[in-house]
Amino acid sequence: MSIEVRIPTILRQYTGGEKAVEGSGSTLAELIDDLESRHAGLRNRLVDEKGLRRFVNVYLNDEDVRFLGGLETSVKDGDNVTVLPAVAGG
Amino acid sequence: MLRIDRATYDRIVAHARRDHPDEACGVVAGPAGTDRPERFVPMLNAARSPTFYEFDPGDLLRLYREMDDRDEEPVVIYHSHTATEAYPSRTDISLAQEPGAHYVLVSTREPDHTEFRSYRIVDGVVTEEEVSVVETLSESAATTDSSPEESVQR
Repeated sequence: MSIEVRIPTILRQYTGGEKAVEGSGSTLAELIDDLESRHAGLRNRLVDEKGLRRFVNVYLNDEDVRFLGGLETSVKDGDNVTVLPAVAGG
Repeated sequence: MLRIDRATYDRIVAHARRDHPDEACGVVAGPAGTDRPERFVPMLNAARSPTFYEFDPGDLLRLYREMDDRDEEPVVIYHSHTATEAYPSRTDISLAQEPGAHYVLVSTREPDHTEFRSYRIVDGVVTEEEVSVVETLSESAATTDSSPEESVQR
């Protein structure tokens, strides 16, 4: 068992074109660190020094993690994480 | 070039007019790999602002799930500018994250005509493209081509 992470088109350059990758960890931050170890560059597209990037949405089992606990959100085997860039502009 | 049918073009313009002076936004989805904007999906502007737009994160997830299930892509991503020209702002450029999409900009700054222009935005580089409005996507473009200049008159 592990955690499935769905990757949007624009970030598949870090996953060798894969739409979904697997990872592990007990929090979202640990999961992202684990992904970074195999998909270098991904972490920087998801987080900055202040936490999750403002215009990247991360969902845990269809819930926006901003409403769950951000990077400290607990995750476990069997969970599904989806990453989607915001569609936004001025 | 963006090839779009008249009815979808009119619905984008109508949405922009309806939400004026706030920015309107949405997508036109199409079968993956076809570049055919077939399914008009107006979205709520969660920012409800005359100078900013953002799809609601929950709506965004549902939209992408639905497109995934139907094997679709966001062929067109549109939004309006309500006081400035139909050209991507610096914010539009820095936040554009769908390199395969046609970014349509509609300007409603003039009450009696609507600018409708289309761009590719890839890695911070904006490239304007021709907009071809056809009666239906299945017919030949040659007979009903409409240049961006003509589109502006609508």
